[in-house]
Amino acid sequence: MTTVAAASHTAHAHHDDRSFIKKYIFSTDHKIIGIQFLFLSLFFLLVGGFLAMQIRWQLGFPGKPMPGGSLLPETMAPGGVILPEYYIQLVTMHGTFMVFFAIMLLLVGVYANFLIPLKIGAHDMAFPRINMASFWSAFAAGGVMLASMYVPEGAARAGWTMYAPLSAREDLSGAALGQQLWSVSIILFGLSSVLGSLNYITTVINNRAPGMTWFRMPLSIWALFITAILGLLAVPVLAGAAIMLLFEQVLGTHFFDPAAGGQVLLWQHLFWFFGHPEVYILILPAMGIASDLIANGSRKPIFGYHSMVFAICGIAFLGWIVWGHHMFVSGMNPTLGSSFMVSTLLIAVPSAIKVFNWMGTMWRGNLRFHVPMLHGVGFVAMFTIGGLSGIFMAATPVDMFIHDTYFIVAHIHYVLFGGSLFAIFGAIVYWFPKMFGRMMNEGWGKVHFWLTMLFYNMTFFPMHNLGMAGHMRRLYDPNIYDFLKPLQPLNTFISISAFLLFGSQIIFFVNFWWSMFKGKKAPLNPWEDNGLEWTLPSPAPHGNWETPPTVYRGPYEFSVPGMSEDYLPQTKKLPTDREPAMTPAHGH
Amino acid sequence: MAWWLPAQASTFAGSIDKGFLAILIITGITFVLVEVGLIVFVIRYRARPGRKAHYTHGSTPAEVIWTAIPAVTMVILGIASNGLWVKIKGRSSVPAGAYTIGVHAKQFEWWFTYPGPDGKLGRVKQSLIDKTSNPTGLDPDDPASKDDIVVRNQLHVPTGHPVVLYLSAEDVIHSFYVPQFRVRQDAVPGLEIRVWFEATVPGNYELGCSMLCGMGHYKMRAQVFAHTQADFDTWAADRAAKAKGEGTS
Amino acid sequence: MRRFGAVAAVGAGLVVLALAVARHPAGAASDGATVTGKVKLVGKAPANPAIDMGEEPKCKGKYTTGPVDPAVLAKNGMLANVFVYVKTGLPADAKYPAPSTPVEIDQNGCLYHPRVFGIMVGQGLSIKNSDGVLHNIKALGKKNRPFNISQPTNMVTQRPGFTVTEVMLPFECNVHGWMHAFAGVQPHPFFATTGEDGSFALKGLPPGTYTIEAWHEKFGVQTATVTVKAGETKASDFTFTAK
Repeated sequence: MTTVAAASHTAHAHHDDRSFIKKYIFSTDHKIIGIQFLFLSLFFLLVGGFLAMQIRWQLGFPGKPMPGGSLLPETMAPGGVILPEYYIQLVTMHGTFMVFFAIMLLLVGVYANFLIPLKIGAHDMAFPRINMASFWSAFAAGGVMLASMYVPEGAARAGWTMYAPLSAREDLSGAALGQQLWSVSIILFGLSSVLGSLNYITTVINNRAPGMTWFRMPLSIWALFITAILGLLAVPVLAGAAIMLLFEQVLGTHFFDPAAGGQVLLWQHLFWFFGHPEVYILILPAMGIASDLIANGSRKPIFGYHSMVFAICGIAFLGWIVWGHHMFVSGMNPTLGSSFMVSTLLIAVPSAIKVFNWMGTMWRGNLRFHVPMLHGVGFVAMFTIGGLSGIFMAATPVDMFIHDTYFIVAHIHYVLFGGSLFAIFGAIVYWFPKMFGRMMNEGWGKVHFWLTMLFYNMTFFPMHNLGMAGHMRRLYDPNIYDFLKPLQPLNTFISISAFLLFGSQIIFFVNFWWSMFKGKKAPLNPWEDNGLEWTLPSPAPHGNWETPPTVYRGPYEFSVPGMSEDYLPQTKKLPTDREPAMTPAHGH
Repeated sequence: MAWWLPAQASTFAGSIDKGFLAILIITGITFVLVEVGLIVFVIRYRARPGRKAHYTHGSTPAEVIWTAIPAVTMVILGIASNGLWVKIKGRSSVPAGAYTIGVHAKQFEWWFTYPGPDGKLGRVKQSLIDKTSNPTGLDPDDPASKDDIVVRNQLHVPTGHPVVLYLSAEDVIHSFYVPQFRVRQDAVPGLEIRVWFEATVPGNYELGCSMLCGMGHYKMRAQVFAHTQADFDTWAADRAAKAKGEGTS
Repeated sequence: MRRFGAVAAVGAGLVVLALAVARHPAGAASDGATVTGKVKLVGKAPANPAIDMGEEPKCKGKYTTGPVDPAVLAKNGMLANVFVYVKTGLPADAKYPAPSTPVEIDQNGCLYHPRVFGIMVGQGLSIKNSDGVLHNIKALGKKNRPFNISQPTNMVTQRPGFTVTEVMLPFECNVHGWMHAFAGVQPHPFFATTGEDGSFALKGLPPGTYTIEAWHEKFGVQTATVTVKAGETKASDFTFTAK
């Protein structure tokens, strides 16, 4: 095992005699599991992207044969022309793969696993084997979901939101096995998610190093911790709903069948009771990561650290009581529309607090625009747009008009792509050295950032206008409607922008893979950051520390007056520091 | 302009658009503050040799201000919006004397039932549905259904007179949506849902299904004819006379 | 040597005879029997309901009068669109290969053509959309696996057909709820659909006693028992009563 001179005394030096399989395939090391999630989720990000390209082809060039379309079977695209039933499979599977298998796995599967033990000073997760099970069940879930696209009659096609009765009845949807496999995959995914949450929560509560008090934890860890609680409580609701749906599909139950005493809206309440906390699962870790990146790039402490923590908690708490805003026109009692509007408007407040605090962090900073910082600032700029568009939807009379239109699609993509995905790109570049021991190429990283920023806004901003004009979602051919015909040029513009956006991601993928093998070898602490992980070699060794480090301060002590450096690691002991009173709950 | 809000053709379209524009102004101001702020910071506070960042952990007064202002704004927005919401969707929102129309949504057609001269919609039963001869399941044992007029994919409404639709769905969830009326309401199997509006501008509009309902979802379109009251009465009388002569539609 | 030659000749003759018999299994066209007949309708045929195609101008434009839903096609007391087929009586081990050419069904003027048709088990189905508007084709098989596919524009879709006998397998379009078609899926080729003159002919039957069934979508089924000898042609008429 190589040692790096500056920090060899913290490196874990015992002889690692695990086999290749135990080390890299069936590993219980949280870092390897995080990297496995990274490869898996990046694959599904590509899958989701390919599906999106096909959607945009049909919308940009309706009824025209798609390049490469002749590779698809006649049941999906005869002569390369996408069929309506294939189109709604595309929108369904694009949403499914992106939400569950790309973003959730990238934010939580990768960064909860990789960062939590490193940033709190633990050897590994509290339950390393359960952690491994979490990865392999996600892998199985992904495999089942992929397989569902290749079965006779094709994949699920009721939208990623999978509303019953369309999703439950094959006589109405035209697909049986594909729909059933969606349910099975989601149940498996739910298992993976819950197993992960158990680990993240327990590890953060129990395995913090001496001196790592709650309010010395980085915001990335706070966010991942709160997210894990959300996941633990919300994901089982989804899994339960998916089990009910599977029973409806194969066992002939009538949960959602009004003719036999069931309730159609039951699905929506269950799904969105999960679904709303879910969207906070999809954004909170990104917010936490953005905080780490922006503080580092600004060379300043996070502005309002405590407010930021309370805002995370506030968002998470309020997230449980807003689900009905997805159902304002669903047929639910309109009085609930009023109550859900109130809670939904309120949840805008903690998000606004966070945006102002990020700006406060940058204010009077000494801004370094390394690639992760670009992504952090980009995150704030784009998430703001997504968050503001949400206010239109919160106001029930306005939502009546923009519900189920492209205004919603614009909102979703501003928060998920402009928000979550930008933070993810930043995170990948930032922690790449700690994962792989090398740096990603900075120049190409900047090119990728700017091209993505440009084409992403060109793709998704005009969707606000489509929605304002009344363009509904999930339409195979909007030109059926006279009032939508004038919008075809805008749809074509969006499609071309989307193709360019997707093409720009090639730069990222090439940079990622090439740098893994040929990138500049990484020093211990390339970003001059304060977190505990930066005291370990790049890549970090199995078991992280032989003895847990001691923590003397919070993670954002940048530009402390009187210091020669503009950063002050959490573990660096100054003459004025006292040893922490707490002893580690779990020594090793 | 194709890429802006559609024309207003109902009594509450104007109020909804006012709400939209109010939110656009509020969010627009915030947008400018944040984005311009970010650009200014990015330029002004970029790292240069010899510069140092200002070490601070925050400012409680700042936190209070930027918590209070959004919170108060949201509360005001909520109160203002709720009044309009109750007026449109509330339990007692349907104006007295509204003309009733039955709307039966199914994969992938809209079936409209007009009450005919007796002004009452007849009873319907799902078990009586026959795709060609009785698509809405009109019950012949109900005297009120004798003069009901059932029309495929054509919604006829008068202007200047409120109309209340009774939405039903035969198979999956569909959604009734006329952009110019700013009306949207899901039609749900097992539920009968009321939605009302009052058209103001005569003309031809389109009704689209606004909830993914299967492979034909995109084609589930109906024409909407907003007539002057006089033209509407003529149309209704004309259809009633025709219905006396034929079996259906 | 001569005895050997005689035995060889007889043996060869037997082989030739055996081959000849094997080459002409039961049901050969050369000695096949025929059941023909006419399907009549007694009573006044109910009026076919008018279809309002106003909201599908591409289809409505194809009609100068009507259109009506052609559920009952009766002319001069003869009933069309009756599916007549051999229900029982064929040898249990008889196998009839499905033709390689598919049965063709067309959606034209937003109506299925033909409305009633027979198709053999394993025979392909070629579905055409001549209207250029979205049709979905839902095959509501109860014994066969149902399917539901769309054709958004002018196109032809080849389907693999059906695997199990089923009388009748309904087709419907959900975009145009008035569209109906009915397929009689049979494991043998002895079926026919009556035309305007109400006539049918089931040719090439092996000698035997058969149950023949006539199905009409509105008037139900009628059965008849017919016995035919090799090469014989027998008549068997059916009469439905309008109610």
